[in-house]
Amino acid sequence: MSKKRLVMIGNGMAGIRTIEEILKLGPEMFEITIFGSEPHPNYNRIQLSTVLQGDAEVSDIILNDWNWYEENKITLYTGETIVKVDTKNQRVISNEGRITPYDELIFATGSSSLMLPLPGVDKKGVTGFRDIQDTETMMEAARQYKKAVVIGGGLLGLEAARGLLNLGMKVDVVHLVGHLMERQLDPIAGEMLKQELENQGMNFLLEKKTTEIFGDERVRGLRFTDGTEVEADLVVMAIGIVPNALLASESGVRVNRGIVVNDLMQTSIPHVYAVGECAEHREVTYGLVAPLYEQAKVLAEKVCHRKVLPYEGSVTGAQLKVAGVDLFSAGEITEDATSTVIRFHNEYAGVYKKVILRDNQIVGIVMYGDTKESTRLFRLMTLKEDISNLTDMELLQPIGAEGTHSINDMPDDEMVCGCNGVSKGDIVSAIHEHSLHSVEEVKGCTNAGRSCGRCKPIIADILEHTLGEEFDSSEQKVAMCGCTPLSHDEVVDEIKEKGLTTIKETMNVLAWQNEEGCTKCRPALNYYLGMVHPEYKDDRNSRLVNEKMHANIQKDGTYSVVPRMYGGVTTAQDLIRIGQVAEKYHIPLVKMTGGQRIALMGVKKEDLTAVWKELDMPSGYAYGKTLRTVKTCVGSTFCRFGTQDSMGLGQELERMFERLDTPHKVKMSVSACPRNCSESGIKDVGVVGIDGGWEIYVGGNGGTDLRAGDLLYTVKTKEELLEITRAFLQYYRETGHYLERTSKWVERFGLDHIKEVLENEAKRVELNARLSRTLERYEEPWSKILEDDTAQNNYYGKREVLTT
Amino acid sequence: MNKVTLRVKVAQYSEIEPRIGQTIQVMDRKIALFKVTNGKVYAIDNRSPHPKGGVLSEGLVSGEYVFCPVYDWKISLVDGKVQAPDEGQVKTYKVEIEGDDIFVVLE
Repeated sequence: MSKKRLVMIGNGMAGIRTIEEILKLGPEMFEITIFGSEPHPNYNRIQLSTVLQGDAEVSDIILNDWNWYEENKITLYTGETIVKVDTKNQRVISNEGRITPYDELIFATGSSSLMLPLPGVDKKGVTGFRDIQDTETMMEAARQYKKAVVIGGGLLGLEAARGLLNLGMKVDVVHLVGHLMERQLDPIAGEMLKQELENQGMNFLLEKKTTEIFGDERVRGLRFTDGTEVEADLVVMAIGIVPNALLASESGVRVNRGIVVNDLMQTSIPHVYAVGECAEHREVTYGLVAPLYEQAKVLAEKVCHRKVLPYEGSVTGAQLKVAGVDLFSAGEITEDATSTVIRFHNEYAGVYKKVILRDNQIVGIVMYGDTKESTRLFRLMTLKEDISNLTDMELLQPIGAEGTHSINDMPDDEMVCGCNGVSKGDIVSAIHEHSLHSVEEVKGCTNAGRSCGRCKPIIADILEHTLGEEFDSSEQKVAMCGCTPLSHDEVVDEIKEKGLTTIKETMNVLAWQNEEGCTKCRPALNYYLGMVHPEYKDDRNSRLVNEKMHANIQKDGTYSVVPRMYGGVTTAQDLIRIGQVAEKYHIPLVKMTGGQRIALMGVKKEDLTAVWKELDMPSGYAYGKTLRTVKTCVGSTFCRFGTQDSMGLGQELERMFERLDTPHKVKMSVSACPRNCSESGIKDVGVVGIDGGWEIYVGGNGGTDLRAGDLLYTVKTKEELLEITRAFLQYYRETGHYLERTSKWVERFGLDHIKEVLENEAKRVELNARLSRTLERYEEPWSKILEDDTAQNNYYGKREVLTT
Repeated sequence: MNKVTLRVKVAQYSEIEPRIGQTIQVMDRKIALFKVTNGKVYAIDNRSPHPKGGVLSEGLVSGEYVFCPVYDWKISLVDGKVQAPDEGQVKTYKVEIEGDDIFVVLE
């Protein structure tokens, strides 16, 4: 029997999830064709705000890449829109005239931003916030303009506003109602959120109704019903979404607000289904991902002729994170005459919890600031359990001890990851079956935590509970320093997820316990921010003394100056100049360093700039968490054993990577033969020339933890060597903890894992690209300081006060 | 007892940047001057009480503390006290601001 033809209109999250479910149930059942109007494969729409904030590229939020379609033999037409559905002859027609017949048809057309039909809505600079194109429009506007107005104080509007703020725009949020997120929060929680966001720099215009968008070709501002006006270079409409149901309705499918479906996701026409945001089920359309995935499952079972548990609608609880604030909301939001309320409000800590009860059952939950109990309460609510035997405090606080106890109480079928429908039981059996030890492994194996990431703390608790003694919490988490309970990895995740761009903002949003941090976290944050954002502006005052001063402090308060000697090669002129400077400034000690260059030790702080000026050589960064030197042997240029040009390669590497910020110092070397005169076996990256190629050793260390390097690859050409070395360094930059040498890092990740990443061509190319972008930002520091009088006064001056 | 009080002008308030220590020398006395983020100005001896010494002016400033750049001791700019687990105290100087002038009072 030939395969049946399945056509899907729409290429978004709910639709593709349906296809994934279908492929699981019957991989060979259908010949699948998908049409998507957007020119992208399926991406995570929830994460668009991270793209807006500049933390992720479009490629980072792709859920199913092009290969996935190919591997599953799916015919995908992107950038092509279906304009007509002929349900009588069972075929669809695209805007390019392509006619595709179907046996089963799925509408997964999603929804669009609701655009108010205001005068001026068609002006340039007015956009919704729904897809990659909208996001790109906003990012482009932020590059050219200063002032944005977001219409809509709901979740989407606030996310857009947060993103625009991060992009450096001034942002006003206009909202019709008197408090924010009125569909999820009551007035108290709404006000708390407003205050927090105001602290973050948003400005709110509440109870304002827009009557007109004015301007010329481009928008210049908004006018409200009360006659007031506000300036705007960019207007983002984020007041809601409308199901994309026009095509369905034109095709004769019954449409109300959305495409009407029954409990089996069938529309009014045989062999035509709808799923996701475009579908209306029992008069409800859903916009959250969890119910859409439930629908996807039901639909897949239906079209694969499996036994179907009909879809009966979803009770939604929204676990949300808005600009760093945890929120949870489910069921009724405000109390009425028939309900009673338990309320907990700690204004000092910014925590608010409210549970609404009726007939001894929970009917509504609102939580702000602390949502740990939301899973348990939401469960009590959905099961309609009688809670009359629980005291008020038991309702709002964890029962008994925290953590492990509540995991014990958690039934196996309890949903942990609402986005991807992963239960506690699924996670526990995955931990056992695949002997998983970390949250990331669980995520990779079960999909839990893959979409919004909110459930990661619970996954960690389940891991701890399941593994018992085997669970190594130190492996899981070491706080960065006393200023925060967050680990290095968590801080980096938060920086990316929330689009944090400065140290101050990071500390504010992540609730740092010391307002300006300490010597552990300030340099670390400065590094991580620069790693995540290539265009980051370095905070010199968050670097420790040597990096701040661009010289190494000695115990008597003098400094050492080490100019660059690429590959350990110098010239007579340079040596003469160094000698003259040493004499002129009475430099007490001139020493050869271990990295094949010369240090001038004992330079007075106030002489530093003059010494640099007269040396007229680049800084050797002997003080930096960066590439120190590339040590070389003489090589084929002079040595009778040399098989390769080690000096040439060493100089090239040193020029390529000098000044690059890395988690810790990086030492490199190039030897021209296996006699290894430049000690490549104990370098972070050590290269050994062999006949017809190069060996690359990594993770070697000749210092505190003596370690021989591991052979990463043997390559034939210099080009391969550079590509691999660059990717290796960038991967270390992106995943190493601040102050973690490659020797520790290689052991933590395992050589095999690192090889796997570097062998993946796409990843290797991306790593190279990100490294190139970062390398663009560096300038030679000594000459820069010499051009900057303010910096000289601030950092290198000494004020002598004469008294009489 | 013969106590001499000396009040010297050491800098202009507007020209010093927050969180960047300044080295001041008054005769043979070496002083580190700090403007912190809240705008206050503090002056302390530019020498860590660590047995091996070290300057303080180049240390990282956080709130009203400076971290010794050589041995990482945390020192209060307000009273000069070294924070636990380390011990010790740095001499502090009274700072007076008049208009844009910063004065340090030495005894």
